[in-house]
Amino acid sequence: MTWPSLGRLSDLRNEIDRLFDLPLAGWTETSPWMSGWTPALDVYEDKDQFVVKAELPGMKKDEIEVTFQNGSLTISGERRSEEERKEEGVYRSERYFGRFQRTVDLPTAVAEDKVKAEYRDGILNITLPKTEQAKPKQISVSVK
Amino acid sequence: MTTTLKHNMPEQTASRMESVLPPVNIWEEKEAYVLEADMPGVSKDSLEITIEGSELTLVGHRRSETTPGQVLLKEQRQADYRRVFEIDPAINSAGISAHINQGLLTLTLPKSEQVKPRKIAVNG
Repeated sequence: MTWPSLGRLSDLRNEIDRLFDLPLAGWTETSPWMSGWTPALDVYEDKDQFVVKAELPGMKKDEIEVTFQNGSLTISGERRSEEERKEEGVYRSERYFGRFQRTVDLPTAVAEDKVKAEYRDGILNITLPKTEQAKPKQISVSVK
Repeated sequence: MTTTLKHNMPEQTASRMESVLPPVNIWEEKEAYVLEADMPGVSKDSLEITIEGSELTLVGHRRSETTPGQVLLKEQRQADYRRVFEIDPAINSAGISAHINQGLLTLTLPKSEQVKPRKIAVNG
């Protein structure tokens, strides 16, 4: 009983990853000591808030840490493998384990006390409302 | 037990962009093989697991959400997850069970009776 070697599969994944490389990717920081897991992030902005979504499948709530400081949102944590279950034979090992950290610098001021994070279906969803001062304002022009 | 990656086949190349290959771990336990697949964004209701002949197909549809405003960064792929495995007779396909928790799919593929380790009682 054999599974094909991992080689071809890994190549295919890299190829797919390359196809999706975005020029914006340099916009966020990735910690150099991280062990190869870079959870995919989406960041959206509208006039009232920022929304950050991170793909973090199969985590426990207490393995995820979210901090906000000096205008930067940091998502970090560790996914632990359950080694003891894999005593017989391992056929594929493609999922990432270990620590991860991603930081997003937000371009305008955020109301820190109103930042909310929710974890659902393996996606961490963080909403960061803008401060009143940072929201765009319509200025009416008076005609004289 | 053998797996076939349909994505490696030339005729499937065109559809590669349309689906995402979820990373999997597969290992063997005494009574079963266990397969884990990362499918963030997929809930129990948006998961399709089908067995046709000896082909096991995993498909996960992502929730399509309308997120208002402007996209500042987009790394997540919106395409569905899809991966096909060929399961061999060492697996009792009628007994396959699955659950998904926080985007991590776990499949338990029980071994068929013939390949399970058996204890032989020693007489005498």
